[in-house]
Amino acid sequence: MESQSITVEREQLLEWYRQIVLIRLFEERSLELYHEKKIGGVYLHLYNGQEATGVGAVSALQPQDHVITAYRDHGIAIAKGVDPKYVMAEMFGKKTGTSGGKGGSMHIASAEHRMWGGYAIVGGHLPIAAGIAIKARYLHLDEVTLCFVGDGASNNGYFHEALNLSAVWNLPVIWLIENNMYGMGTAVERASGQVELHKRAVGYGMEDGGRIDGMDVTVVNDTVKHARDFVIKNGPILIESMTYRYEGHGVSDKIFKERAQEMAKWRDRDPIEVLTGHLEQMFGEDIQAELQRIRLNVEHEVHEAVEYAEQSPAPTYEDLLRNVYVE
Amino acid sequence: MAERNMSMRDALRIALHEEMERDDTVFVMGEEVAYWHGTHKVTREFINEYGESRVKDTPISEMAIAGAAVGAAMAGLRPVAEIMTINFAFLAFDAIINHAAKIRYMFDGQFKVPMVVRSATGWGMQATASHSQTPEPIFAHFPGVYVGCPSNARDAKGMLKAAIRDDNPVLFTEVIALYPKPSPVPDDPDFIIPIGKSDLKREGDHVTLVAYGRGVEWALQAADQLEKDGVRAEVVDMRWLRPLDMSLVFESFKKTNRCVVVEESLPHFSFGSEIAAQIQEQMFDYMDAPIKRVSALDVPLPFAHDIELMALPNAQKVVDAVKEIL
Repeated sequence: MESQSITVEREQLLEWYRQIVLIRLFEERSLELYHEKKIGGVYLHLYNGQEATGVGAVSALQPQDHVITAYRDHGIAIAKGVDPKYVMAEMFGKKTGTSGGKGGSMHIASAEHRMWGGYAIVGGHLPIAAGIAIKARYLHLDEVTLCFVGDGASNNGYFHEALNLSAVWNLPVIWLIENNMYGMGTAVERASGQVELHKRAVGYGMEDGGRIDGMDVTVVNDTVKHARDFVIKNGPILIESMTYRYEGHGVSDKIFKERAQEMAKWRDRDPIEVLTGHLEQMFGEDIQAELQRIRLNVEHEVHEAVEYAEQSPAPTYEDLLRNVYVE
Repeated sequence: MAERNMSMRDALRIALHEEMERDDTVFVMGEEVAYWHGTHKVTREFINEYGESRVKDTPISEMAIAGAAVGAAMAGLRPVAEIMTINFAFLAFDAIINHAAKIRYMFDGQFKVPMVVRSATGWGMQATASHSQTPEPIFAHFPGVYVGCPSNARDAKGMLKAAIRDDNPVLFTEVIALYPKPSPVPDDPDFIIPIGKSDLKREGDHVTLVAYGRGVEWALQAADQLEKDGVRAEVVDMRWLRPLDMSLVFESFKKTNRCVVVEESLPHFSFGSEIAAQIQEQMFDYMDAPIKRVSALDVPLPFAHDIELMALPNAQKVVDAVKEIL
């Protein structure tokens, strides 16, 4: 985790700030709405704490590139440009949601944004990422697939088979492990023989993209930008982004609060704080007025998203039966 | 158009070949499909004709074979993924059922998954317990995927082409014992047998025999034997377990009022269970006898050929079952 000197334009930094704060407030509001029983179900996997990894990585891509992730997906979808109001409507189980209310929190996708979805079987989306990348090679397209991988997924068979296949076929996939230290409640060192997960690249003859500071959006963005160039030319890369989730695995997690001390340490490296630090260093304290303006706009946007979701209609019996098959 | 007598293996090979000629997005992937020319030789010489980009040998990675086919199909290609035998498809079960079958619904129609998983099925060759299964009904349990299994070369060509051209995921199983068996197959490159269309394989009016895959062969042999005793059996080949086309079965049952289901699969929660349930639900007033099922015995398959054969259905067992309900 070496700090690098990265030059970024002011507008880019402010856009990252907007996205990170948007995801943060969106997730915090979602948790409240879950407790208010506006968001139903038993699954709500929140992304707050990890925003710098998602925003930094997705913003390193070109518009034609593909993104796929697991069930902790709201933030990734928003980073890929999906309007938060459709994401919120999906979590409410409304007809106007990204998946018509049939996917819920764990299955946010938007074909037009090339956001191929959140997937709820750990590791299940990894070979799908490889498959999407087959098309790029098959048709000689300048497209990469960015696949977010939880540290927990790195221990199941899908990880092994998908990464190996991507290496054998030189597929343009950026495998980005979001190491938030826990697979559900089990710490990485209790689950993985090799705790530096990026080193598994060696076993596949794949480029080892190293371990990076996943709390600093500039670092993640810079790493993934270089990775994009690399995979187009050479084939896959495995990167491990060190990050932390501020909430539990999901809303059913009763033990994460026992890690308060550890959490406090990570909160010192909070993605918003880190980015604000960069901004103040570059543009002085005056930037605060701009950040405040952005934050107000984002608060408004989240409020609007919730309003939209509340007012949207529920799916119907016809919707229940629709889209099982292409008719 | 002309027809030629050929084995089911050749019919499948020609069907696949024609579809690859017709559509550049169709490609094959799987274990040993390229330089081994396919474990069952269905992709013989494909590698020489189409090269590695369209004939892809994979590592022994069933989860990734099926899962990557899902991704490639979602992205716009038409993968035909070969899982060497259906027994290995259990390793790919999650990719086929939780992903291929559900993605369209889960994301409310944003994606389609036009993939085919081809897999060899069947038993009776001393392949032992983990290599001797016909679990098509398990896969057919789930909405979102189609499941088909041809009973002869002609059907194999028309059904495989339909599967490749369809925009939904299809599990297409091929009975190993039927690969060498010949029947007349149309030359027409657009010869299609639509998905979910059952077929009357023999007319009769005393009893309806319902089967798929290799069960059709036993049913037809049984019908020959029964005819000698003056019993005319009608044979319906379901061809597809999903969608399940019951129209010919119901039509036939109205006439015969008796039914025996013949299946190579196990009896518990089976193809036969479903057919019998649907007949009693819809055709109760026409029933003159219980629906009989001729299935494999409810044991894993042993190695020793003598007792292996005892576990399998055959034509005589079908004849005996018919005689019980006449």
